[in-house]
Amino acid sequence: MSTQRKAVALVSGGLDSMLAARLMLDQGIHVEGINFYTGFCVEGHTHAIRRKDRDKPKRNNALWVAEKLGIRLHIIDVIEEYKDIVINPRHGYGANLNPCLDCKGFMVRKAHEWMRENGFDFIVTGEVIGQRPMSQRRSTMPVVARESGAHDRLLRPLCAQLLPPTYPELQGWVDRERLLGLSGRNRKPQMALARQYGLDDFAQPAGGCCFLTNEHYSAKLRDLWESRGEKRYELDDIMLLKVGRHLRPRPHFKIIIGREEGENRYLEGYRRQYINLKTVSHSGPLALIDGGADETDLQLAARLVARYSQGRDEDQVRIEIAEPDGQSRTLDVKPLADRDIPQEWYV
Amino acid sequence: MERFELDARRLLCPLPVIRTQNRIRSLRAGDTLEVVCTDPGASHDIPAWCRVHGHEVVEVAEHGGEIRITIRVGGPNAP
Ligand code: SF4
Repeated sequence: MSTQRKAVALVSGGLDSMLAARLMLDQGIHVEGINFYTGFCVEGHTHAIRRKDRDKPKRNNALWVAEKLGIRLHIIDVIEEYKDIVINPRHGYGANLNPCLDCKGFMVRKAHEWMRENGFDFIVTGEVIGQRPMSQRRSTMPVVARESGAHDRLLRPLCAQLLPPTYPELQGWVDRERLLGLSGRNRKPQMALARQYGLDDFAQPAGGCCFLTNEHYSAKLRDLWESRGEKRYELDDIMLLKVGRHLRPRPHFKIIIGREEGENRYLEGYRRQYINLKTVSHSGPLALIDGGADETDLQLAARLVARYSQGRDEDQVRIEIAEPDGQSRTLDVKPLADRDIPQEWYV
Repeated sequence: MERFELDARRLLCPLPVIRTQNRIRSLRAGDTLEVVCTDPGASHDIPAWCRVHGHEVVEVAEHGGEIRITIRVGGPNAP
């Protein structure tokens, strides 16, 4: 009996990578999934934050896919290494700050390293030619294979018939005839396949796999870099960009105001790192100050916070301002009127 | 058969899962790991991760905003 070959499959939690892994299982390949956590991923944290999302099923899509397929899933923390991809993408950005082509190359490279360390034979992705404008074009397929160092150990089962045969095919581990030749943005073939496999209850995060494809999110990240005068971030920064209303009344500071209870609770966790404001005379949000704010700035920030509290129509609202070390004082302010909040302040 | 604890408080998913996974890698079959976390998502994700890797979730208990997940490491504990 020949040895069972092993493939490591990039599992994003979306349909395509799920089907790609499924096709390999069909061919008797031992498959284990790998999923990378960059800090920008759409899931996870987001469930825990907003109250309106609390009723949604709290599950990690990649794990759910793995369970559905009956394969193991390894989730890898790439937060630090990924910074260089976002900050200096060799192939540039897509429509927003999404460095998709570099990102793909990076993930396949990490999967290739994992493959070698764990004695696996090849890598599988759910890529489809022409599916994504930036990273999944016919011309980018060899770029990813080459730059990742995976070369012909990288198999894309969903479009393999349109590409040159890879090592697993040439070795006869995988039957090329039973791979697919999908291309283009039409999702119908994938849907049909999902139904056929009984996998139609699949998770499909809208708009790509991460926040970097989101226009508003990218605007906030750009603003962060501009205000710092350099492209740099920490995990806390990019997590906070997903939460609250962000206003930048002055170039040197930004205020992050919780929009509801869940976000306020989340922001609570940062009170030891940032100057924070909350209303005491009325119920209202918790807000964090990012940047160096002087007394006048804090006055302004307090008036903004008052605007978003239940006391917005009152003449006076009492705000507590606390330093990261816990020292606090109160300030009575008049809530800012909407007409006094220029649109440009909203990041 | 030893008992270990992992502090994953304040970490948001999937970090508690990642920490659990990395910790279990160094444990032996039969060992017990108690993960303490605060992200409610972890009470779904850690058990799901355990199911796909063949580890047993003995208990999930919530108390004062903290979730304690007790895991018995399964074997063979390969990567
Ligand atoms: S959408 Fe995000 S995670 Fe997906 S390939 Fe592009 S940059 Fe990478």
